[in-house]
Amino acid sequence: MLSAELQNNTLSIRLDGHWTTDQLATIEQALASLPTTPVAAVVVDCSGLQHSELAPMWLLRAALSSLAANGARIDYRGGMPEHFAFLDELQSHTGSIAVAHEATLLWPEQVVASFGKRAVDLGHHALGHLEHFGRIVATQVEAARHPQRFRIASVVRHVFETGIAAIPIVALIACFVSVIIAYIGASQLRSFGATIYTVNLITVGVLRELGVLLTAVIVAGRSGSAFAAEIGVMQLNDEVDALKSIGISPMEVLVVPRVIGLIIALPLLTVIADAMGLAGGALLSKWLLDISFSQFVNRVQDAMAPSTFWAGIIKAPVFALLIGMIGTYRGMQVRDSSRELGRLTTTAVVESIFMVIFANAIFAIIFVELDF
Amino acid sequence: MNAASKIIRDDNVLVSVRGVINRFGDQVIHDGVDLDVQRGEVLGIVGGSGSGKSVLLRTILGLQRPTAGQVLIEGADITAMSEKQLLAVKRRYGVTFQHGALFSSMTIADNIQLPLREFYSLSQSTLDELTKLRLNMVGLPLSTANKLPSQLSGGMIKRAALARALTLDPQLLFLDEPTAGLDPISANEFDQLVRYLQDSLKLTVVMITHDLDSLLTVCDRVAVLVDKKMIVDTLSGIMNNPHPWIREYFHGARSRGAAT
Repeated sequence: MLSAELQNNTLSIRLDGHWTTDQLATIEQALASLPTTPVAAVVVDCSGLQHSELAPMWLLRAALSSLAANGARIDYRGGMPEHFAFLDELQSHTGSIAVAHEATLLWPEQVVASFGKRAVDLGHHALGHLEHFGRIVATQVEAARHPQRFRIASVVRHVFETGIAAIPIVALIACFVSVIIAYIGASQLRSFGATIYTVNLITVGVLRELGVLLTAVIVAGRSGSAFAAEIGVMQLNDEVDALKSIGISPMEVLVVPRVIGLIIALPLLTVIADAMGLAGGALLSKWLLDISFSQFVNRVQDAMAPSTFWAGIIKAPVFALLIGMIGTYRGMQVRDSSRELGRLTTTAVVESIFMVIFANAIFAIIFVELDF
Repeated sequence: MNAASKIIRDDNVLVSVRGVINRFGDQVIHDGVDLDVQRGEVLGIVGGSGSGKSVLLRTILGLQRPTAGQVLIEGADITAMSEKQLLAVKRRYGVTFQHGALFSSMTIADNIQLPLREFYSLSQSTLDELTKLRLNMVGLPLSTANKLPSQLSGGMIKRAALARALTLDPQLLFLDEPTAGLDPISANEFDQLVRYLQDSLKLTVVMITHDLDSLLTVCDRVAVLVDKKMIVDTLSGIMNNPHPWIREYFHGARSRGAAT
C-alpha cells in the first residue's frame, strides 16, 4: 500500500497496489503512520500504483499538503498521482471556506444558558397552548354561527375512531383493574370481617376515579398520538399549507373535529368503562366472596350517592379537551424532519397523560371542598 | 452510428436489461424491455408520465424483481442474486432520487458520511476530510455541512444528494429526474456539473429526465420508453424517429424552444 523512508531529512513515499475506496480503512492507517515531524523534502513515487479512486487520493493529498504546510518541498517521481489534477482543479473552484463553529461556553455558563433556554421555551409553550385553545374556541364559535362550517361528517369519523374503536381495549382494562381492586380490597377487608364493603370500594373507586382516569390514559395513548402523528405528517407533506392556500382553516377541518369528536367519545367510553368495571367487580365478588349478583346490585345502590356517577363522568369532557388540544397542538408544531414527528408525538402522549392526572388531582380537591 | 450502436462488444456494456417484463395484477408496465448502457456514456431515459420509468429504474437498482427478464450489471444477473451478492453490487453504484431523499433528521455531513460509516470504520477527521471532498465535487459551500436538508434550497438538495451518491466512488450513477423542479439556470448548472464529473471521472450515467435541455447538453444517447418497450438511439436518431409519441415529444410546442 504505502512504504515511507526518512533519510537525510527527505521523506520518500512509495505507493503501490490498489488505492480504492473499499480499502479506505487500511489507507487511513497507512497515512496516519507517516511521520509528522517537519521534513525538508518529500518524494512521492507512484510508479507502483495500479489503480486508484478519488477518496483515497483526496486523503493522500490532504496528508501531503499538511507536510507541505510544515515546510516540505513535494516532488513527484513517475508523474503526478492519478486524480490529483482533478482534485487541484476542484480546490481552485471552491477555494477553502472555513466552517463557522459556534462559540463554546464554559460549563457554568452552559448550565445557566440551558436553564434559561428551557424556561423561555416553557413560557413559549404555555403561551402556544393558550393560543391554540383560543383558536379552537374561536373556530367553534364561528362554526356555531355558521352551521355549514361545522364538519359533522368529520366529527362522526373521529367519534368512531377515538371512541367506538377503543371500546374493546377500554372495556377489557376496566374489567381487569376492577378485579384487581376487588381482590386486594377483599383480602384486606376480610380481617375486619367486612368483606361486603368490597362492593362499596369497587363502586366508589371505579365510578368516581378509576373508570374515567383509565379511559383517559388509554385514549391519550391511542388517540393523542394518532392526532399528533396524522397532523404532523400532513405538516411534513405541506398539506396543511395547501389547506391554508385553498382558504380552508386547518383549525376548522383538522383540529376542531378531532377535539369535538373526542369530547363526545370520551364520556361515552367512560360509561362503558364504569359498567365493565362494575361487572368485573360483580364477577369476582360472586366467585371469591359468595355475594350473589342481586345482593351486589343492592349493595351498589346503597353505596352510591347521587353524585358518585356524575363526579366521574363530569371529568371526561375536560380530559378529552386536554388530550385533544395537546395532540393537535403538537401535531401542528411538526416541522421539517421525521425525527421531529417522533419527538412531538411522544411529547403529545406524555404531556396529555400528565395533564390528565394533574387535572384529576385538581378535581379531587375541588370535589372535597364542594362536598360533592 | 445507428448500426454501430446495435453491435456492441460485451465488455463495453456496463448495464444490460434483457426482456424485462413488469406486471402488477392485470396491468402490464413493461413488456420486454431491452437496454444496453455502455461504459462511459450518459444515457437519458425519457417516457410519458406513467410509462414506468421509475419502475424500470427500481428494477435496474435491484430494489424490485421483475416479473420476467434479466438485469445484468457488469455481466452479473442481479435478478438471480442473493441479498448478500446484491449488496456488493449496490455498493458499486450511486443513486439520486427525484426529491433528493436526503435523511431529513441528519445534517448534510451525516448524510454524506452515512455510507462510509456503514461499511468502514474511519476516524472522524477522515470522514470530515472526505465530506469536504464530496462537497467540493458538487460545488456546495462547506458551510452547508452542518445544515439540515430542510434548510437547503431545491438545487442544493439535489447537489447534496449527488454528493451522497458519490461517496463510495461509484463507476455507475443513476439520476432520477435530477433537474425536475429547478429553475433553468440551476438546472443548467446541474447538467454542467454532471457532465464535468462524468468527463473527469469517466463515470457511466443513466438519467431519467423530462428536461429536453438536459437531453441535448448532457446525454450521449437517449432511450425512450413507449408502448411498454424501449427505443434506444442517438439524440439525432431519436429526433427523426417516426413514432407519433416521440415526434410529439421532440417536436411539440414545448420542445421547439429547446431544440433551436
